[in-house]
Amino acid sequence: MTTPGTALRKPLDQTTWQEIELGGVLREPGSAREYRVGDWRSQHPVWTKSRCIRCGVCWTVCPEPAIIEEPGGYFDMDPYYCKGCGTCARECVTGCITMVPEEE
Amino acid sequence: MSAKPAKAKRVGMEVSIAVSHAVQLARAEAIAAYPITPQTHIVEHLSSLVANGELEAEFVNVESEHSAISTCIGMSAAGARTYTATSSQGLALMHEILYITSAMRFPIVMTVANRALSGPLSIWNDHSDIMGARDIGWIQIFVENGQEAFDHSVMAFKIAENAKVLLPTIINLDGFILSHVVEALEMVDQATVDKFLPAYVPRHNLDPKHPVTMGAFAMPEIYTEVKMNHQVTLTQSYDHILKVWNEWGKLTGRQYQPVERYQTKDAKILLLTMGCLSEVAEIAVEEMRDQGLPVGLLKLRLWRPFPFQDLREAVKGAELLIVCDRALSLGGPGGPVLSEVRSALYPMAERPATVGYIIGLGGRDVNPSAFKDIVNKAQAEVSEGLKEEFHLYGVRG
Repeated sequence: MTTPGTALRKPLDQTTWQEIELGGVLREPGSAREYRVGDWRSQHPVWTKSRCIRCGVCWTVCPEPAIIEEPGGYFDMDPYYCKGCGTCARECVTGCITMVPEEE
Repeated sequence: MSAKPAKAKRVGMEVSIAVSHAVQLARAEAIAAYPITPQTHIVEHLSSLVANGELEAEFVNVESEHSAISTCIGMSAAGARTYTATSSQGLALMHEILYITSAMRFPIVMTVANRALSGPLSIWNDHSDIMGARDIGWIQIFVENGQEAFDHSVMAFKIAENAKVLLPTIINLDGFILSHVVEALEMVDQATVDKFLPAYVPRHNLDPKHPVTMGAFAMPEIYTEVKMNHQVTLTQSYDHILKVWNEWGKLTGRQYQPVERYQTKDAKILLLTMGCLSEVAEIAVEEMRDQGLPVGLLKLRLWRPFPFQDLREAVKGAELLIVCDRALSLGGPGGPVLSEVRSALYPMAERPATVGYIIGLGGRDVNPSAFKDIVNKAQAEVSEGLKEEFHLYGVRG
């Protein structure tokens, strides 16, 4: 599974104003990986494996790194990053992805 | 003025040209500017200095003020000592980038030759341009004559670039009334400025060997902490500003204060002005003192960070404070300076009655007689009880 963040500095919601780097500069690359954009999701994709041809179009079009290739070449979403945008379902070649609303 | 000036040379010079010489003496390395009246002479002259090889700097001609300040950010991010100047609509066009400049902590120095904002279109002086940019997070200083414009243009770099400050700084000088007059100035020589102003050492700069991200976004979890960091830095820059002013005072004999006092001893009535109105008000104060009126003058030099304690000290003992604004907060509490001064004095157990007069809008002339008239009117108003939030002095109808 995904390991979010670089663990080089404190989580944002524990950082004090005294610890802000001058000018808001970020010293390490890739810190945006910490953002749990999956919190925004109101629906998520579900793959019907019997119709999936493992072409990887969903993986290619996903605007986040939110689709993971599983052993065997099938795909699933990463709940940490999937915003539920539905691009994968829209672009799926065989129509094997369905967007399912999140439960309350 | 008792200290011995260092190799002072007194020369007659247009104030705009003096400012550009101050920038030259400060060895600015990067300038991006767009010409706008009445700032034009400053950047025109700097452009000539660069073209003639008298100032070793990159001068970038841009197509707008939005681009000017954006280019300055880029050059400052590369580690260069950076300067620009603007006025009025130009400052307004920079607006969104001004907040970014200070949040990213680029110590750019900018002269604002204060001019009225349109509309109606006016190229003449008032303070509406800078009052619209009150909350941009820059250090903001007002000057009242050519000597101050020169001195503060040099000092601004030292203040802005201090490792504990690293904030952009605006020097406000009144357009035309100050920018275009010829005054006798004491220049400071290059060796003195070189000794006073060390080279700029950026904390972060654009360096492929040490890549960083500048200007990243902030999630709700961290935005408030970033703002607090900026707020505390700007507030605490006060001490460093005073240190630099004191050092300059020892060097040149010209000592500056956040709130300057003129004839304030035993004064019961105080006028408060900013910029070159102060020199006009001085004449009025002297004439009123001759007539036995206990009038004094406060000149608010440091606008950001706001000098709360200096102001509270300065008004002690006064019964009436008359704040003269050169801008109008439409539909609001009158002048922006009045509003802030009233707010600053509110916690005081004993404070003077504070009235506001807005004068000199859009280049309208203000004579010493106006200040005398204002003092009379304000005295009458206070004895009868305040009826208006503020007054637009001299308006017909």
